[in-house]
Amino acid sequence: MSSPKISILVVSGSSERLQMAAMVASVGAVSGTEVKVLLSMNALQYFLKSDTSQPAPEGEFGRVMAGKKVPPFKQLLQHAVDLGDAKIHPCSMAMDVLGVKPEDLESFLAAPLGLTRFLTDGASGQLLTF
Amino acid sequence: MAAKQVIDARGTFCPGPLMELIAAIKLAGVGDEIEVLSTDQGSAADIPEWIRKVGHDLITTSSESGVWHVVVRKAK
Repeated sequence: MSSPKISILVVSGSSERLQMAAMVASVGAVSGTEVKVLLSMNALQYFLKSDTSQPAPEGEFGRVMAGKKVPPFKQLLQHAVDLGDAKIHPCSMAMDVLGVKPEDLESFLAAPLGLTRFLTDGASGQLLTF
Repeated sequence: MAAKQVIDARGTFCPGPLMELIAAIKLAGVGDEIEVLSTDQGSAADIPEWIRKVGHDLITTSSESGVWHVVVRKAK
């Protein structure tokens, strides 16, 4: 029997959505689920090696969370890769728009991926969007 | 001989304690016991759920002075 599959599309640059996407990816990946993440739109900039900014909260929860010892979203995504064999892909369209090359991105990211392939690969599983 | 280790994840929020446990389990040998200390109520429920799901052995779960102690044995 094949593993359950979750495809996670991350387009938001808000701290709450990035955190929740990373939580789902990491816990899913370490629990036997095949996890594939596509980072696009406002999310991708936080995965540039040169970017040291923190995503802004979109609500009160995010403001409260910023003061707590919550695992950083990038660390959780790296755990998803290292401990659960998840695949985290930058969106090729977003890379083109931002003028970003693969070497500009965090080293735990996999190869750039287009939307057609992402949707095809995830067709038999759940698709979650953040 | 099976080893025992303690992971002090007090003060960190979900899924931090779970991730620390999983990182330790990866390095542990079959039969080793790992005790996770956590102050996060969500993790106290989530860690046993993960242990059951992936097939390790939950030895004990207890709470003392606001600290959860979850003991797991690596089964495979």
